[in-house]
Amino acid sequence: MGRSTTGLLPPRLTMRDATAEAVAGIVQRPGRAILTMLGTVLGVGAFVGVLGLTATGAGQISHQFTVLQDTTVTVEDNGPANNVAPPGANPAIGFPADADTIASHINGVSAAGVWWPVSLPEGTNFTSSLALSATASQTVNLLAASAGAVKAMGLSMVAGSPLTSYENDTSQHVAMIDTTTAAAIGISAARLPSHPAVFVNGIAYTVTGIYSSAQRVVTSESAMLIPEKTALADYGNPQPGIGNQDEAQMVAATRIGAAQAVARQIAVAELPSDPSRLVVTSPPNPQNLQSEVTGDLAGLFLILALISLLIGAVGIANTTLVAVLERTEEIGLRRAVGARPRHIAAQFLAESTALGTLGGLIGTCIGVGIVVIFAAAKDWTAVLNPIYTLPAPLIGSVVGLLAGSYPALRASRTSPLAALRHA
Amino acid sequence: MAAPVIELRGLARTYPGPPPVPALRPADLVIEAGGYVAVTGPSGSGKSTLLHLLGLLDSPTAGSYLLDGLDTSTLNDRDRSALRGRRIGFVFQAFHLLPYRTALENVQLAELYNQTPRGNRIQAAVDALEAVGLGHRMEALPTTLSGGECQRVAIARALVNRPSLLLCDEPTGNLDSQNAAALMELLDELNATGFTIVVITHDQAVASHARRAIAISDGVLSERIEVDHG
Repeated sequence: MGRSTTGLLPPRLTMRDATAEAVAGIVQRPGRAILTMLGTVLGVGAFVGVLGLTATGAGQISHQFTVLQDTTVTVEDNGPANNVAPPGANPAIGFPADADTIASHINGVSAAGVWWPVSLPEGTNFTSSLALSATASQTVNLLAASAGAVKAMGLSMVAGSPLTSYENDTSQHVAMIDTTTAAAIGISAARLPSHPAVFVNGIAYTVTGIYSSAQRVVTSESAMLIPEKTALADYGNPQPGIGNQDEAQMVAATRIGAAQAVARQIAVAELPSDPSRLVVTSPPNPQNLQSEVTGDLAGLFLILALISLLIGAVGIANTTLVAVLERTEEIGLRRAVGARPRHIAAQFLAESTALGTLGGLIGTCIGVGIVVIFAAAKDWTAVLNPIYTLPAPLIGSVVGLLAGSYPALRASRTSPLAALRHA
Repeated sequence: MAAPVIELRGLARTYPGPPPVPALRPADLVIEAGGYVAVTGPSGSGKSTLLHLLGLLDSPTAGSYLLDGLDTSTLNDRDRSALRGRRIGFVFQAFHLLPYRTALENVQLAELYNQTPRGNRIQAAVDALEAVGLGHRMEALPTTLSGGECQRVAIARALVNRPSLLLCDEPTGNLDSQNAAALMELLDELNATGFTIVVITHDQAVASHARRAIAISDGVLSERIEVDHG
C-alpha cells in the first residue's frame, strides 16, 4: 500500500471499520434486521435441533442398551432331534462335558459355563437345620451351575468363595446362596467358617459362599447354586427344549463388542455334530439401532433445515437488495468521500454476513435450547456434538455472504452521479 | 499569484448517444488557491456536469484536469478515489447526511476511507464541527437538526480532511433566506481562512458572495464580471 503518483495513501476500509459500519447499518433498523434473520434463525435452529435430538435419541438407546446386555451371549439346549433317552428320563444335556473350556477358547469370551434350573417338587423346603421346620421355601430357586457359569454370572461375593471346578468334578455337596436366602434361613457370613449346611428336602449342601448381587442370570431372584454334576447325580438330567423353564443353558460373558462374533461361533464350537440343537441368543447390534433412528427422521428434518436456510438466504438477499436501492444516496455520498466500489461492496457484504451470523447464532441457541428442554422433559441426557454445534453459526455467515453477493455487486456499480444528483 | 488548485485544459464531457449530448464543451479554466468562484447558469446548462468533473465523480471525454498540479485524467480509480477523499470536500443541496448517525458520526464518515488513524478521527471531527459553530450539537441526529444546522454538519464533513477544494452544489437550495445568508457568511469566513471554494448555483444572491463569477450556458463556460468580495 505505497503512496501512488498522487502522493496520497490509497483509499482503504479496514476490517474493523467495515464491521463497525455493518453493525451500525443493522442496528439502525432492528425490526427489519430481526425479520430478515428469521429464515436463517429457523434454518440453523432446525439444523442444530435435528442433529442434537438425533444424537440425544441415539445416546438414549445406547444408554438403555447397557454394557451388560452387549456382553452377554446365551445358548439354550433345544434337545436332540430324536429323543434317544429311555422312557421317563430326560436325554443327556446337549453341551459336552468340557463345554466351559471349549467356550473359553473362543476369542472374546471372558467366562462361560452351563447352568440350568433344577425342578423341585412342590413344597420343597430350604432349611439350615433338620430340626427347624420354618424356613425359606418357594422363593428360592435351585440352580445347577458349572464353575464357568458361576464366573460368567459375575457374582459379588460377601463371604466365602465361588463354586470351583474341583467341587464340580467331584460332585461335592456344596452350595452358594444369596444374602436374602442366607438371612431367611439364618446363615450369616460370620458363620461360614463353621461350614453351615442348607438342607433341600433332606439333602445337605455345605454353604461355601454367599453373594449379594449378580450381573447375569440370577440378577433379581433368590437362588442357591450347586455344582452341575452334583445336580445331575441328585436330580437327573434337565428337560431339554426351549420354553421348558429348566432346559440347560450356557451363559457367556464376552468382551465389549465381541458378543456378535462369539454368538456366530459358539454353537458350532460346542456341538460340531449338531450345532442346530443349540439356540444362540445375542444382543442386537447397537449400531444398527442407532443408524435406524438417525436415518429415518433426521434426513427429513435436515431437508427442512436446508429449505429454511434457502428461504433465509432469499430473505437476506431481498432485504439487502432493498437496502441497496434505498441507500443509493448513502452510496453516492460514500463514493464522494473517497470510497471505492469495492469498499461499497464490502460494506453491504459485511452487513449481510453479519445478519446471517447473528441469525446463525440465535438459531444455534434456539436449537441447543430445544434439545436441552426436550432431553430434560424426557429425563434423558442431552447429547450435542461440538463438531457441528460450535460451527453452526458459520452456516448463517455463509448464507449471509452468499445472499449479499448480488446486492453488494449492485451497490458497487451504483453511479455516484445518479445517487447525488437528486434527493 | 498563488499556485492554481484547478486547471482545466480543453476539458469536455459528451454523454454517449444516440444522439451524443455535449454537456460540457472544451473549456479552459484556472482557479488559484484561495479563490472563491461561483458558477451560475440555468438548469440543463451543464453545471452539474462541471461539478462532477471537478469532483472527480466523472471522467472527461476530452482534455485534462489538473488538481493541485496533478493530471487527474491519467489516474486510475484508486488514485481518483484517494484524491476525492483527501483533497475535495463536497457540500450538496440535499445535505446527504446519514439519518441514523449523529452529527459527529456523519463528519467522521469523511475520514473513514482515507486511512485517517482511528484515534485522530474524533478530534478532527470535533474541530470541524466547532469551526462551523456546532460544537454544542455534536451528538444530535440529523432529524433533530434544522436545515441550516444540517448544512453546517455537511460543511464540517467537507472540511474535516482540510481539502484543497470545497465544492458546493446549490448549498442554500434547501434553506430559507435567513439560514442561507448565515451559510454564505460561513463560506465567506472559510474562504478568508484559505479554503478554495467553488459554488455552483443558479441563485444570484449566492453567486454575489464569490469574488469571481463564471457563467455556463449550453455547456460553454464564460468568464463574467469580477465582483468585489463582501
